Amino acid sequence: MNAQLVITHLTKKFEAGTVNEKIALQDFSLEVGKGEFITILGSNGAGKSTLFNAILGKFLPDAGSILLDGEDITYRKDYKRALNIGCLYQNPLRGTAPNMTIEENLALAYTRKSTHHFFAVNRKDSAYFRELLATLELGLEDRMKTKMGLLSGGQRQAAALLMATIAKPKLLLLDEHTAALDPATAQKVLKITREIISRDNLTALMITHDMNQALAFGSRTIMMDSGRLVLDVSGEERAGMTPQKLVELFAGTAGHGLSDRTMLSV
Amino acid sequence: MEYVHLLLSALSQGAIYAPMAMGVFIAFKILNTPDLTIDGSLVFGMTVCAVVTIAGHPILALFAGTLAGGLAGLVTGFLQTKLRINAILSGILTMTGLYTINYMVLGGQSNLYLQSAELNESGSEVFVSSPTIYKMFAGLFPGIDTTAAVLILTAVIVAAVAALLCVFFKTRSGMAIRATGDNEEMVRSSSINADFSRVLGIMIANGLVALSGSLLCQQQRFADLNSGSGMLVVGLASVIIGQAMFGRRSVTLGVISAVAGSAVYRLILQLAYKINMPSYGVKLLSAVIVVIALALPLARRKLAIRKARLAAERGKNA
Repeated sequence: MNAQLVITHLTKKFEAGTVNEKIALQDFSLEVGKGEFITILGSNGAGKSTLFNAILGKFLPDAGSILLDGEDITYRKDYKRALNIGCLYQNPLRGTAPNMTIEENLALAYTRKSTHHFFAVNRKDSAYFRELLATLELGLEDRMKTKMGLLSGGQRQAAALLMATIAKPKLLLLDEHTAALDPATAQKVLKITREIISRDNLTALMITHDMNQALAFGSRTIMMDSGRLVLDVSGEERAGMTPQKLVELFAGTAGHGLSDRTMLSV
Repeated sequence: MEYVHLLLSALSQGAIYAPMAMGVFIAFKILNTPDLTIDGSLVFGMTVCAVVTIAGHPILALFAGTLAGGLAGLVTGFLQTKLRINAILSGILTMTGLYTINYMVLGGQSNLYLQSAELNESGSEVFVSSPTIYKMFAGLFPGIDTTAAVLILTAVIVAAVAALLCVFFKTRSGMAIRATGDNEEMVRSSSINADFSRVLGIMIANGLVALSGSLLCQQQRFADLNSGSGMLVVGLASVIIGQAMFGRRSVTLGVISAVAGSAVYRLILQLAYKINMPSYGVKLLSAVIVVIALALPLARRKLAIRKARLAAERGKNA
């Protein structure tokens, strides 16, 4: 398997040299194979979101490098990386433009890769968007002219998921993207996520606080602590893993227990 | 007949200021950013247009004036996106700087008439008024009323510009500008340079404002350094009036409502003049219109709450 994402010795300190200095990423290395779906666990402040922000180019690292599909993107501008990276956040409002229609939102996300027609919204693309929206089974295909802001949180997140994956990204980043949704909607969005990832054979990283979810999704689970990679399980080892065993393993390598919030979901 | 003339003159003024209303619409409603460059770019369009018109190119002058406004927008956009200066301050800085630039364009004077000095047969100097697009247009139709000529020609220009704008906002670049004002993060994640979109939007907005300045310059046949102050509020009043009439459903409707709002605003002004409002009352009237329009939603909400409370109290007493 050739690597889709190679992160080597990534280090980032915030407010370096002050009393508030915080090491967000410490010599973090990770190799992600093509088509691999990794779930990421870790308590608050472990550096999970910081890792995503580094990959997305929201800030530049102090040291280390990021390679996406063989290309060095460590110092590339964020919007240029977005050509090949799709991202979804916990807050459904972040991924969509509320005063534009569902169709227009999808068109903007789609045309980053597809050939540009004169009008961004055109009949051929719209037919495709309709098909895609129908796969969500939320009835959005009949509301393509509705403004995004009128949708519920779950509908918006589902639409945002389509937008993040519509251009077949080389990497999909999911930052607790169902944490703000009610349980039923969260399940639905997770199901769709899984379907899209397997259908398009996407390489994906998913942050979650739910240990069962972390073990149920994808093919590999990693845990982070204080900006370091402390646990990396896959294959048979992962198949026999339970949340309790994960906690024990984590305590063994990290030298301390997990935070309360993560423990809750054991 | 008097009322017909009143209506005609209101409409032609409305048409001249319509591009400015569209520009304000783009800055305030689409980009969602207050842009104070507008007071300066209107005059910039005016002064550049005046100079080029006097040089004998009235049509080119409109393009030059518009381009000048676009350049002013480029400066503001640069301050906002590259130097990360607060949006309001960026506009004020450009507007302030433009005062000097405008003064220089006018050759070190505060106003300039569209005329040039020429020598007549006897060798003495006479002032010849420069040709304008309105003069050229009226020349094509002998006997046409001047106000009517201004209205027709300006309306054609405004219609063309509005149509172009509506089409542009449906292209990817145009849609990116709309999305930038709506959710900049989403634009970046769609692999679009949001800074570029923002700067382009500000340039178009100020270009349109400067087009109004250029049209005004050719219609009134002079350029004046002080004609820009308060124009932002005038434009905002037009946009708000238009929105009250048409709602805020789509961009196309937004562009149309800005144009219509500009016309209705001028009608209101004409009626105010009719009941003897002095000409210096314009600015206060515009400010009051904007304040009322902005306060209306809150007042409505408070009234609804009060009504609900009264109803609840009545229910308790019954």
